[in-house]
Amino acid sequence: MMNWLQTIGQQTLQRIAALGGAWFMLGQALWGMPGPKGLQRLTQQLYVVGVQSLVIILVSAAFIGMVLGLQGYTLLVDYGSEQAVGQMVALTLVRELAPVVAALLFAGRAGSALTAELGLMKATEQLASLEMFGVDPLHRIVAPRFLAGIIALPILVIIFNLVGIYGGHIVAVEWLGVHSGAYWGNMQAAVSFVDDVGNGLIKAVVFAILVTWIALYQGYTCVPTSQGISEATTRTVVYSSLVILGFDFILTALMFGGL
Amino acid sequence: MAKKWLEISVGGLLVAGVAALLALAIQVSGSHLNGSSDSYRISALFDNAAGLSAKARVTVAGVIVGEVTAVAVDPQTLMAKVDMAIAGDVDYLSIDTSASILTAGLLGEKYIGLSIGAEEDVLTEGGVIEDTQSALVLEELIGQVLLNLGGD
Repeated sequence: MMNWLQTIGQQTLQRIAALGGAWFMLGQALWGMPGPKGLQRLTQQLYVVGVQSLVIILVSAAFIGMVLGLQGYTLLVDYGSEQAVGQMVALTLVRELAPVVAALLFAGRAGSALTAELGLMKATEQLASLEMFGVDPLHRIVAPRFLAGIIALPILVIIFNLVGIYGGHIVAVEWLGVHSGAYWGNMQAAVSFVDDVGNGLIKAVVFAILVTWIALYQGYTCVPTSQGISEATTRTVVYSSLVILGFDFILTALMFGGL
Repeated sequence: MAKKWLEISVGGLLVAGVAALLALAIQVSGSHLNGSSDSYRISALFDNAAGLSAKARVTVAGVIVGEVTAVAVDPQTLMAKVDMAIAGDVDYLSIDTSASILTAGLLGEKYIGLSIGAEEDVLTEGGVIEDTQSALVLEELIGQVLLNLGGD
């Protein structure tokens, strides 16, 4: 019984300490603005987390848009209102699916890579040697990656939105014969740029901060062994996914739920 | 060379992001009728504008010609004042045009249908439509039917 209580206490304290450590890491990393050299490193990281995630984003956006078009059509045609399929596809994507799915893919594609990279740097003592040279690894390694994640994910979400909506257009208009004017017209009447697109982008920024932060923290603090790196990578994907879905509910409730 | 390619692709990603955001604004949320110089504003007073909201369509013969920009109570007449933005190339709305609030389908959203009258003069910026027909309120209809049944 006592042992059991001790385990609970220990676990809780560890979690709180980790949370504090994560805040500390973030603050340290973002303390100074990056100079011109830092901008170059930022560009390189934007390539790694942004451009290299583009293919998976494009492909999944097209298929998700097409599935939404197909499902929406078969559902709405029963009520004779298949004209509303454009509105359904656009609102579903812009408000929910694009930020959430893009963030989940981003966690799997870019987040896990960040964790593994940092973990390997730690295991091969590259981070320690940087410190030996008097270079702060938080500044040099963590900060550009964090900024790159925050910039890249919202852009990927915007592209996801557009590709998904055109995917829905292909299925609903080209294949199933919904009138093209009705598809776009209903969509334009229903989608508000500030309330729908804007709120979707706020979600994207929040998810970007969370995913990149979790990935970098897990990599930076992992046990520097091959097993430790593999565990940290798994934790990145699991924690990121849970946090994305949980925060999505909270944000949706705040933005659209009238709470 | 590899570095140049890297920078080009990152630049391409950023440009694609901005372009996609513009496309979302114009194509998906249809921001082009909002206050653009290519449209003019008219208004109409309704007894009841239940269910009508901003961004609702304004149609002539079923074709979209504009959108509702605001719905508010007019303090003088205590009626619902509906402001509309009409596309600039629609210059054939006569001054005796009538406006009615219609419903798209059985469960669809409310929109405004304009039927054009016979006068030569046309509505211009700030014009007011006087002949209006209000939204159908289901509860009132049922109430009327019950009243009629009771009267017999």
